[in-house]
Amino acid sequence: MLSRKFKDLSYFRQTEERGYRLLPLRFTALDTERYVVSNMVGEYLVLDRKVIEDLVEHRLAAGTSLYDDLKSKHFIYDEDSQAALPLLGLKYRTKLTQASYFTGLHIFVVTLRCDYSCPYCQVSRQTDDKVAFDMSQDTADRAVDMVFLSPNPSIKIEFQGGEPLLNFPLIQYIVGRAEKLNETFKRDLRFVIATNLSFLTDEVIEFCAAHGVDLSTSLDGPASLHNKNRPRPGKNGHQLVVDNIKRIQRRLGKHRVSALMTTTLESLSQVREIIDEYVSLQLNEIFLRPLSPYGFAVRTGQIDRYDTDRWLDFFKDGLSYVLELNKHGYPIREIYSTIVMKKMLTPQEPGYVDLRSPAGIAIAAIVYNYDGDVYASDEARMLAEMGEHKFRLGNLHRDSYETMLSNDDLMDAIESSITVSSPTCTDCAFLPYCGSDPVYHFATQHDVVGNKALSGYCRKNIGIFRHLITLMEEDAGARRILQRWAS
Amino acid sequence: MLNLHARASALSSLDIKERRLAKVTCNPSLPTPLRSMSAFLYEGQCEEIPEGFAVNLYRNGIVPQKTSGTNNIELSADQYFLSEGDVVRINPDLKVSVIYRRNASSNALLVTEQCNSFCVMCSQPPKAHDDSYLIDDWITAIPYIDESCPELTITGGEPTILKEKFFELVNTMRAQLPTTAIHILTNARNFKDIEMARRLASINHPDLMLGIPLYSDVASIHDFVVQADGAFDETIDGIINLKRYGQRIELRVVIHASTYERMPRLAEFIARNLQFIDQVSLMGLELTGFARANLDAIWIDPADYQEQLAEAIEILVMAGMTPIIFNHQLCLLRPELRKYAVKSISDWKREYMPECEGCSEAHRDCGGFFSSAKHRYSKFITPIRIAT
Repeated sequence: MLSRKFKDLSYFRQTEERGYRLLPLRFTALDTERYVVSNMVGEYLVLDRKVIEDLVEHRLAAGTSLYDDLKSKHFIYDEDSQAALPLLGLKYRTKLTQASYFTGLHIFVVTLRCDYSCPYCQVSRQTDDKVAFDMSQDTADRAVDMVFLSPNPSIKIEFQGGEPLLNFPLIQYIVGRAEKLNETFKRDLRFVIATNLSFLTDEVIEFCAAHGVDLSTSLDGPASLHNKNRPRPGKNGHQLVVDNIKRIQRRLGKHRVSALMTTTLESLSQVREIIDEYVSLQLNEIFLRPLSPYGFAVRTGQIDRYDTDRWLDFFKDGLSYVLELNKHGYPIREIYSTIVMKKMLTPQEPGYVDLRSPAGIAIAAIVYNYDGDVYASDEARMLAEMGEHKFRLGNLHRDSYETMLSNDDLMDAIESSITVSSPTCTDCAFLPYCGSDPVYHFATQHDVVGNKALSGYCRKNIGIFRHLITLMEEDAGARRILQRWAS
Repeated sequence: MLNLHARASALSSLDIKERRLAKVTCNPSLPTPLRSMSAFLYEGQCEEIPEGFAVNLYRNGIVPQKTSGTNNIELSADQYFLSEGDVVRINPDLKVSVIYRRNASSNALLVTEQCNSFCVMCSQPPKAHDDSYLIDDWITAIPYIDESCPELTITGGEPTILKEKFFELVNTMRAQLPTTAIHILTNARNFKDIEMARRLASINHPDLMLGIPLYSDVASIHDFVVQADGAFDETIDGIINLKRYGQRIELRVVIHASTYERMPRLAEFIARNLQFIDQVSLMGLELTGFARANLDAIWIDPADYQEQLAEAIEILVMAGMTPIIFNHQLCLLRPELRKYAVKSISDWKREYMPECEGCSEAHRDCGGFFSSAKHRYSKFITPIRIAT
């Protein structure tokens, strides 16, 4: 007992007895018994249906640890404390801050030419015609000028293709010019080349060393799979990319090269072999990516060859193997899960372009095509290659920055991409972790919002969110690893 | 244990009408203009006692052949530690308070014993009487403190209830001791008024941190611990206001029977809502004041909350925050937690127990016990033996 001068805890709990009010919250079934309930900034709890009913019917009793948890995580508040309101305000602002930064990722398509002939490729050309498919210096000048019109304090310039190293002199030119301009603008400026590494010369490596340029490549898995997915004259694509990854690791350091995989029908049965390929190269990150519904991928029927549910099984199997590797002492992160865990477990917003609300088109990432056309996203460029130019914002040689960024189609798409006001999304407990993808929904449903019941984007993401939350609830070992990824 | 407050005895007639602040010196030829603000500490360095000092202090029975003049006093034996550069307050009744020790790693400036909270485990229980002389003394004493002093802690009571005088003290410290770090122990409730936060920030001290207690993620539990309804909301508002003005903040969590269970939830709350905090200190009890009066109600053996402590630390570390464990004996902490422990108990009240006999860490990396731990300490104290 406390000495007589002091009041008991029950005295301070009296005001809690007068009832509570709900703060904005959403709930969605996790499985047949349990529900995920999330607040407006993504804090969540997994509760039984009966508890959710009591919660929303104001039947929960004060003084229990459940009541305290709901109050502490800002699902409810009562007369005893108003602290939830300023704190929720702070957290909501933090989550949204980066929308105000504006465009950070600037993709330069320096050529459409490529030595590969991948069936899933959305954009490449096999040709020797440099004039027709290479970006000119004049176009590059205009694009670099436009990059620095973005107010974002950190700017990343990504070189893409085709195979961008086929136009390496222009990359050198753009890096030099951006560095020069940055003496005035003083942004945190970074560069990355997305390349198949076929043309990785010593000159390229030395250039990357001198200018801090990172390299990102494609590695689909073991040789048989990689070479099948990504055919190249000489059939030595896999060997080339593996040798060159090692070369970069030796010369520039391990963290300067990353690899991305694309999933095909053949990949589905080989997720462990794919991951092993990454481990044998001592890579510490893998991104289990779905195939996107654009370009050759649609034309050649690739996109129809497996559905989202089969891909989800592939993803879950892969993630389970990645977690197992971690438990056995090899640190490797699955990137998509890492992004989602950051959204779930931290006050920060990782800012991944495809999981943003409002959508990241043009205002998070923007594409400068070889011919001066400016697109709202990489996928928008691929859509254009299929003949749909809706998300072409204009051309560097004809249109001003202001004209392009206030393009009506863009404005409409961004306005309708805000998930809190999108049908279905507005009631979904996973909303704080999700985003919207107007280009995807336009490509698949000819509607920038899209019917979420038919949406592969929605099905894929909800499947991932459910799976990750289930792992967090049921597997303590997995939970610790996922928590570490988020930190 | 050192005694900071003790009664001295007179060796001559006295002329101390009101309390005096004085800086201790052993230099008999200190320039005369400085002597009225100095206490001369005699250690046999001269034949005759120089004139003009505020007081002359003697110890170990060392006295000159002939004492002359007034204000010669013999220190109490437990204050023989006094040395050059320390600052003392001498009352007319010869109570000598050592308010600053130059050789201590940190010194606390007790600026008031009044408080707007009434914490169940308070080690410095608030007193309602007028003690405004305390802050006045500190404002006077700041110039006596060595400019090389690394850190000073402003504590209470609740320093901010002094309002103008509090800001005057911080201002004086910035002006007189520009390189001395300031740590302010405050419940931050008064900073709910953003003007208070603005004024503190406007002093623009280069190295200032506020240590703010937060005992629970649930308002009613925090309010119970501090025995003040609404305190949680005021502290949260205060923290937000201080951060709005870029002030550095340490959160201080005292672990006891009412707070240990939700420690991991509190860590989550901090990681999610207050990630801009600069440091989180998880602290063991000091069994003085109210903590002793309420001992049975608030005591929990640290061995019994290791699981919650470990989980809280892990959550904070994963959120990229800096947790520190205060006031815990190393042998009670799980081995993986020991690297977060600091030797935080002030040397003048640090002790070791009979069970520590033979421990490789006692007197080394282990912070030991508050002297008040004699009233109760963990049943699980065991020597740590490291082969040498």
